Parts: sequence; structure tokens; C-alpha cells
Amino acid sequence: MSTERTADVATAGTSAGPVLTASGLRAAYGPTVAVDDVALSVGSGEVLGIAGESGCGKSTLAAVLSLTARPPLSVLGGELTVDGERLDLSGGRKPPRTWRGGVVSLLPQGAMNALSATAKVGDVAVDVVRAHRGRVPRGVALDLLADRLDALDLPRRVIGAYPHQLSGGMRQRVVTVLSTLLDPRLLIADEPTSALDVSTQRALVDLLRELVRRGLVGGIVFVTHDLPVLRAVADRIAIMYAGRIVETGPTADMVDDPRHPYTAALLSSVLVPEPQVRRRRIGGIRGAPPDLADPPAGCRFHPRCSLAMDVCTTTPPVVGDAEAYATCWWTKDHPDEPLERSL
Amino acid sequence: MTTDDVPLLAGEHLARTFGRGKDAVRAVDDVSITLNAGEVTTVVGESGSGKSTLARLLLKLLPPSGGRLLLDGRDVTTGADTTAYWRDVQAVFQDPFSAFNQFFTVRRLLARARRLLGAELTEERVNTALEQVGLRPADVLGRYPHQLSGGQRQRVMIARALLMRPRVLIADEATSMLDASLRATILNVLTDLRSESGLAILFITHDIGQACYVSDRVLVMSNGRVVESGPTDEVIFAPSHEYTRRLLADVPRLHG
Repeated sequence: MSTERTADVATAGTSAGPVLTASGLRAAYGPTVAVDDVALSVGSGEVLGIAGESGCGKSTLAAVLSLTARPPLSVLGGELTVDGERLDLSGGRKPPRTWRGGVVSLLPQGAMNALSATAKVGDVAVDVVRAHRGRVPRGVALDLLADRLDALDLPRRVIGAYPHQLSGGMRQRVVTVLSTLLDPRLLIADEPTSALDVSTQRALVDLLRELVRRGLVGGIVFVTHDLPVLRAVADRIAIMYAGRIVETGPTADMVDDPRHPYTAALLSSVLVPEPQVRRRRIGGIRGAPPDLADPPAGCRFHPRCSLAMDVCTTTPPVVGDAEAYATCWWTKDHPDEPLERSL
Repeated sequence: MTTDDVPLLAGEHLARTFGRGKDAVRAVDDVSITLNAGEVTTVVGESGSGKSTLARLLLKLLPPSGGRLLLDGRDVTTGADTTAYWRDVQAVFQDPFSAFNQFFTVRRLLARARRLLGAELTEERVNTALEQVGLRPADVLGRYPHQLSGGQRQRVMIARALLMRPRVLIADEATSMLDASLRATILNVLTDLRSESGLAILFITHDIGQACYVSDRVLVMSNGRVVESGPTDEVIFAPSHEYTRRLLADVPRLHG
């Protein structure tokens, strides 16, 4: 947790200790358990990246964390602690209305299309502030937006603009500003960069880092399948597979020395403009993620894993501590051997 | 000029303007491009650079405001016979989730090719096309789109294009909505087709990593113009234009 990026934030007026601690999260679509006993934590001023293939439960986890789960998704259990306040999610209990947007905020997938085509950005901001803070004068809400835009070096002209007058990248940044207008302690960003080209991606990543640096949001959970983007934005990464976290750790360590075969496989299918990409054939991961209504026994990755052994059909051990671990039998047997050479 | 020198598909000084007067947007502005058999040509550029408009011009889905389109050296710019043209030039688009009629099985979807192929569309031809993209016909033919994964859908879309046995395939952001692992699989399908059947492929993307992996030649577009073009190694590892350098600098790297 102690990377150089977070070191200077401790003084930014946020309370010490983790922004988010979650444990035992379980959520299901009918009989399909898409998030199965997930625990994670986000430190103050930290960006936690969550990665995995399509259909591994990333977006479901984002919905649970952002308290936006609605049918057919149901939350079966788990506990969230945000900024010291505990919330029990078991037994279908509803989260308090005030938490959404104020304590935990969601930056959804395809957020650039989330703006009403017939409302100016400023009007949306007024609605957002009034929905949470009651009868706030229009001018006060607009001032709040203007100050925030200034602080983040975005042009004030967007306040009076309709969405179609803004570029896709600017719309995405405006939605980001609107979703963090109420200073949520935790921002859940679900694939915010997937539809953007590299230049606007870069601008959004810079904006998110700026938000945590200034303490405007306490911490961010950034969900994506794009590992190079996580390398740029996240302090720590958690890799999800079939509804569970299989490995977590500091970003640089995970990228340079993955400890779970699934992480290594994901990393090796990344296409970056580096000379070695042109020279070899990149295979992708063979097979497909399992049907979550009937997941494989033991390590859920073992049917696709080239290192699978007989023991892998039993529950894999957790190798490492709560901050950096991998759940893998092979890693337990070969603690110091780099994984990539064996694949 | 011998026939060997004639490119399969060529656009000469293609232009397309939307709107008029002071609102006119030159989406594609004097772009010349050649596609050769057995070669993957990639167009990269940021959103709004005119990549997709260029694809639509080359597909004859949109008439150009200027320039010529040559297939085998023949001028096809104004020809109304798009049926014949589309037997040679096929496309795969970005979104494998909205490109399907959700009430059609894969079999029925592929059978729509009868409108172009008539009696030539045989069961065997359908099976061959599906096998070319690594799908087992028995597995997918009876399925509905919601029963297929994103990668499978996109492969069905490529199979649909291949049914025509086209000589040119235009893939407009065909892999953008897939995750990294599936993306590599689809790109391999495309590069294998190129080497096995000598297909000419135009690959359009904003992802330089993908361009780097699949292409033989790269064109960089900005504001409707081609600012740099050449062999992949030159353009990506030794870019000469300022815009290409900036685009490369924004690409997130995995190491270092």
C-alpha cells in the first residue's frame, strides 16, 4: 500500500486507515453465483484495480460495491466498511439512501452516454446536488461545479453546454466530475476507459489520479480488462476469475512477477506496441471461463491451466498475506520460482 | 503496367464532406490507400479522425464527395451494382452484440447470405466458413445470439463475411469490444486467413498494440488525412510524424 504516489496524500485531510474494507461478499443472478466470497480493501488515497476476462464477475462486484445491485442480481451476504461505517449486506437489507452518491459513487460503463441529451451539464449538476442536499440554491450548486472544474483544469464552458456539444472524452470527464461532485469517500469506476481512444483514456486516468491526490475522493476501485491501463492508474491490482479473487498485490509486482497462472496468462495476451509483440504469436487463454452456475471444484482455473496437478481439484491454499496473495497450489510448492518460465 | 502491379482494391484521393457551408466537416480529406492480396493494412487514429468514414467509403456504403475507387484497376466509384461488389468486399463491424437479430439462430442468420449468393449457398459452404474461424458448426448453428459469448459472436460475424469468399475483408474496430484474451484469438483468425487464403485485410483500430501485432502496413489518420504510412516496424518503432509520436506516447505500457 505504501507506494510513492500515496505517501503524500496522508496529509490531505483524509482520515487514516482504509477507505473500504469488504469481506464475504456474495451476489447471484438466480442460481448463478457471480461473486463468491470476495474480500478486499482500499487504502486511503489508493486506486485498486480489478481485472479479469469478460464474465468473471467484475461488473457484478462493481454493482455490489457501489450499492447499485438490482434484480435479477441479488446480494446474498457480506459486509462493507466505508470510512469506519459498517454496512451489513446480508438478508437482502437495503443500503441507506444517503450512501449512494454521497459515500459511495459509481462511474458506470459507457458513462459518456449517461448524460441527458436535452439537459445542460449545469442543470444536471443542480439536480445531483439537490437530490442529496435538499433545497440548495441553483447558484450554489453551479458554483460547486465551477470550482471543481477549475480545480481539475477543465474548461468552465461545459457548464452551459449540451452533451452533443462536447467530445466523447470530455463527456466522460464531465460525468466523472458529476459523479464525484459530492466528495464520495469511494468511487467505483466500471470499465470507464473501454470505449475511449488512447489519448482520452490518458486524460481520464490523469483526472482520476488527480481526484485522489487532492483527497476529493478517498479511494477508487477501477474495474477493467485492460491491464496496461491498470498499470498506469492502479496502486494495487486484484485479479478475478470465476467470481473469486485469485491474486492481489502491488501493481508493479503483479505485472513483473505474477504468482497465479491466470494472471500470467492474462498478461501474456496483452498486445502492447513493443517489439517482442511482433515477433511471437500471442495465443490468448485456451478455453472459456466456466459456467458460474456449476463452477469446477477446487481451483476454478484448473481446467484451463497448463500447470494443473491432481491436487488442484481441492481448494487451493492462500500463499502470501492479506495485502499480496495468490491462491495456487503450484505457487505454494514453488515459492521463489518465476511462473512465466514454467508456463 | 502488368496485372501484378494492380492493387486489389485502391482508393485514389478519396474525400467525403458532411454538411455544407461553414458547417462542412471534411471527414475524409484526400486519402489514397491500396490493399494488396495477402496483406494486412491497418488504419490507426483517434476517435473522429475519419477511420470509419474511410471504411464506409471503401465498402460503398457511402458515396465519396471526391476521388475514385478501383477494384482490380476497374473504376467502381459510381457503379450501382453493389451486389457484385459486396461479393468481393466484405466487412466485420465493431459491436458483436448489436449486429445480430436476437430472434434468429446462427443458421438463419447465415442463410440470409442467400440474397447475395442464391443457390451457391450450400450447407457445406456454411460449415467451411464456420470451421475457418475455429467454430464447430454443430455447436453453433442451432444457437441464438444470447447463447454465444462475445468472442463466438464476433467469429460468427467473420464467418458470415467469409461465406461470400471475399477477396477483401474490412474489419472496422472488430476487436475493440472484446477482452484481451479473446482479442488475440480473433486477430489470429484474421492473420491466418491472410496467409492461408491470400485475403486482403483492412483493419481499423485506435489500439496501436493491436496494429503492431497484426499489420504489414500502417496508415496513421488525423483529422481526415493520412499523416504517416509505411511498413509497421517503421511507423510504430520509428515514427517520423509528430502526431504519430504523440499517439504512441499516450499508449499505456505494461512494463517500465
